[in-house]
Amino acid sequence: MTSPSSWDRFRTVTRARIGLERSGDSLATKDLLEFQVAHAAARDAVHGCVDFDVLETALTPLGPVVRVHNTASDRTAYLRRPDLGRRLDEPSRIGLAAHASPVSWDVVFVIADGLSAVAVNDHAVPFLCACLPLLSGWSRAPFVLAEQGRVALVDEIGAILNARLSVILIGERPGLSVANSLGLYLTWGPKLGRKDAERNCISNIHADGLSYDQAAAKLVWLLTQSAGLGLSGVALKDNSGPPELPKPVRTEIA
Amino acid sequence: MTRYTHVLGNRTYEFQDLKSVLACASSRRSGDELAGIAAASDQQRIAARLVLADLPLTVFLNDALIPYETDDVTRLILDSHDRAAFAPIAAFTVGDLRDWLLSYEADVSALSRLAAGLTPEMVAGVSKIMRNQDLINVASKCRVVTAFRSTIGLAGRLSCRLQPNHPTDDPVGILASALDGLRFGIGDAVIGINPASDSVSDCVRLLHMLDGLCRRFDIPTQSCVLAHVTTSLTAIEQGAPVDLVFQSIAGSQAANDGFGVSLAMLTEAHQAAQSLKRGTVGQNVMYFETGQGSALSADAHHGVDQQTMEARAYAVARAFDPLLVNSVVGFIGPEYLYDAKQIIRAGLEDHFCGKLLGLPMGVDVCYTNHAEADQDDMDTLMTVLGVAGVNFLIAVPGADDVMLNYQSLAYHDVLGLRHQLGLKPAPEFEVWLDKMGMLDRQGRLPPLSDSSAPMRLLMGGQP
Repeated sequence: MTSPSSWDRFRTVTRARIGLERSGDSLATKDLLEFQVAHAAARDAVHGCVDFDVLETALTPLGPVVRVHNTASDRTAYLRRPDLGRRLDEPSRIGLAAHASPVSWDVVFVIADGLSAVAVNDHAVPFLCACLPLLSGWSRAPFVLAEQGRVALVDEIGAILNARLSVILIGERPGLSVANSLGLYLTWGPKLGRKDAERNCISNIHADGLSYDQAAAKLVWLLTQSAGLGLSGVALKDNSGPPELPKPVRTEIA
Repeated sequence: MTRYTHVLGNRTYEFQDLKSVLACASSRRSGDELAGIAAASDQQRIAARLVLADLPLTVFLNDALIPYETDDVTRLILDSHDRAAFAPIAAFTVGDLRDWLLSYEADVSALSRLAAGLTPEMVAGVSKIMRNQDLINVASKCRVVTAFRSTIGLAGRLSCRLQPNHPTDDPVGILASALDGLRFGIGDAVIGINPASDSVSDCVRLLHMLDGLCRRFDIPTQSCVLAHVTTSLTAIEQGAPVDLVFQSIAGSQAANDGFGVSLAMLTEAHQAAQSLKRGTVGQNVMYFETGQGSALSADAHHGVDQQTMEARAYAVARAFDPLLVNSVVGFIGPEYLYDAKQIIRAGLEDHFCGKLLGLPMGVDVCYTNHAEADQDDMDTLMTVLGVAGVNFLIAVPGADDVMLNYQSLAYHDVLGLRHQLGLKPAPEFEVWLDKMGMLDRQGRLPPLSDSSAPMRLLMGGQP
C-alpha cells in the first residue's frame, strides 16, 4: 500500500481526496467510511429544517419580521419542482402587501433555506449583524423569512413590498467538503420574470470561505453600485470592484 | 387538432402532435414533469409507446419537432441526413427498428454503415421502447474509434478522463490530483480540467502546466482545459498548446445561444485546433459535454422531451468529428433526473443514442447531494456502462470533485472495473504504463508502494 506520507506535501494546497490507499482495487475501509460521513452531512443539510422560530426571535431586535410560504407542499415537492419554490401562496401575498412601502424601500432582506438548512441556521444572523451597521442610511423593509424558497422568490416579494433592491440569503447546494455554505443574491428592481443574469451572487460564506465581514463589505459595495447605476447582474459585474469569486464553467441550477 | 390516438382497454388516448407522443412515451423523469409534457399516467405512457412503435421512421424526416426555418440544429439534422445509408431501413416503423437492432444481422459493420442514416429523433424514439438490457445489448455492438495521441474506443478497451479540478485552479493542487490519477492508470482519454475561472490567461497557464506534465513523463494522451470555445480560440491565437477544444452543447439553436455558442463558432474552433496538428495517431480535436435537461433549464426545449433534446445535441457533436463526447448525466440535479433510477436509465439512453449516431460516447457517472442517489448507484451505472462498451468514464480523487461540488467516480472505481471486466486502457497508454513499470504480468495495475520505482519517478524522485 502507498503510505499517505508521500502526498503530505500537497495537503496544504488541495482538499481533494488524493493519496487514498487501496484494498485490492477498492477504497480502504477508513476512506470508504470517511466519504460516507461527508455524504451523510450533505444529505442531512439538504433535508434538514431551518428553525424559523429561533431565527425570528434572533432577528426581532434588528427589525420587524414577516413569514411567508410557497406552494411546495413538502421537501420532495420542493426538490422536484423549483417553480413552486419561486412563487408565494395566496395568504403570504396578502400578508406581505400590508408591509408595502408607499415610497419604496431601499432594500429588502429575504432569508430562505434553499438547499442547506444548516447554512442558514449557522450564518444568517451573524452575517446580518456584520452587514446591517454598514447600511445605516438605507430604509429597510421587514425581514422576510421564506420556508422552502428558491432565489427567484425575491422577485415577487420585492415587487409586493415595493423595494428597489432585494437580497436573499440562501443555503447553497452542499458539497462533501462544505455542507453549510451560505449564498447571497442581489437583484435590482425585483419583479416577476427577472433572469439569473440580472442578479449578482456572493457565494461560499462559511468557516473556510468568505468571512461575514468580507461578505458584508462586498455586498454593501454591490448594493451601492447597483443603486447608483440602476441595474444588477452581468452589467454590474463588468465594473470591477472587489475580487470576483471564481465561477464554475458547468453552471449550477439555482 | 388530434393527430395520434390509441385505444387501450375502454379508453382512447389522444396525443396532439409528434413531440407529445415522444414526451409521453419517455420513461418517467422529473424534468419532463417540470416542463408539463410528461405522461399523466402509466397507461397513457404505454399508449404513447404503442403509437410510437407503429410510426414509420420517415415521419421524423417529414415532421420536424422544432421548425426547420427557425432552428439551425433542425437544419443540420435534416440537411446532413444520408438517404443512401437510410435506404435499408426506409420502410421500417420504430418498432421494426428495435427488432432489427436487436437481431444478429445488426452487427458492428451494419450498425456503423447505418449511423449516418439515423437522425436523433429516430434513435431517441426507438430508445423509448427499449428496456435497459436492450440499450446495453445494442450499444455494445457499436464501435466508434477516435484518436489523437491515444486511440479510444477499440474493442476490449475502457478509457478514462482524469479530472483534476481545483476550486481556485491552484497549479500544484491540480498537479497533485493528476499524479494521483496516473498511479491508477487513469487519463488515457484526456487529462481535462474544468477551470474555476474562464479567463484566457488562467486557461493558457493551465494548458502549459498540463502540456509540461505530459512532456515530462512522455505520456501518450491529450490535455484539455474545459473553458468556453471562444476562450480556447483566443488561447490558440496566443500560441498556447491546445490539444482539444471543449464546448458544452445542447439540442436547439436557442439552447446553444444560452451557452454563448453557434455552429459557426464551433466550425472555426474545429479548424483552428486541427491546424495545430498536435495529434500523433489521429486528428479528432473536439470534446463535447451534454446532459438531459440543459435545454429546459435554458427555456429552449420547444416543448420537446429532455431525452429527445439530448439526442439532438449529438447531431451537433457529430458534425465536428469529436475525439470525446460525454453526457454529464447526474450533474443537473433532481428537478431533471430525480433519483438513481432516472439517472441510470438516462445514462444508458444517452450512451445508446450517441453510439448509434456514430459518436465516441462516454458518460460522467455522477450525482449531486440533493438527488436521491449515492455511490452504490454509481457502482451500478458504471458497471452496466462497462458491459455496454462505453468509450470512456470520468474519475476524480476519491469520487469527490472539490471544485464542482458533486460526486463522480473515484480512480479506484475505474481501475477496479477494468480489472473486473478484463478491459485495458488505450493501447498507446497501456504501453506507457508498462514502460513505467506499473503493470504486473497479467497486465493489471497492482497497488504501488511509495518506494516502488514508478512511484518515485512520478513523485519526482529518481528511479
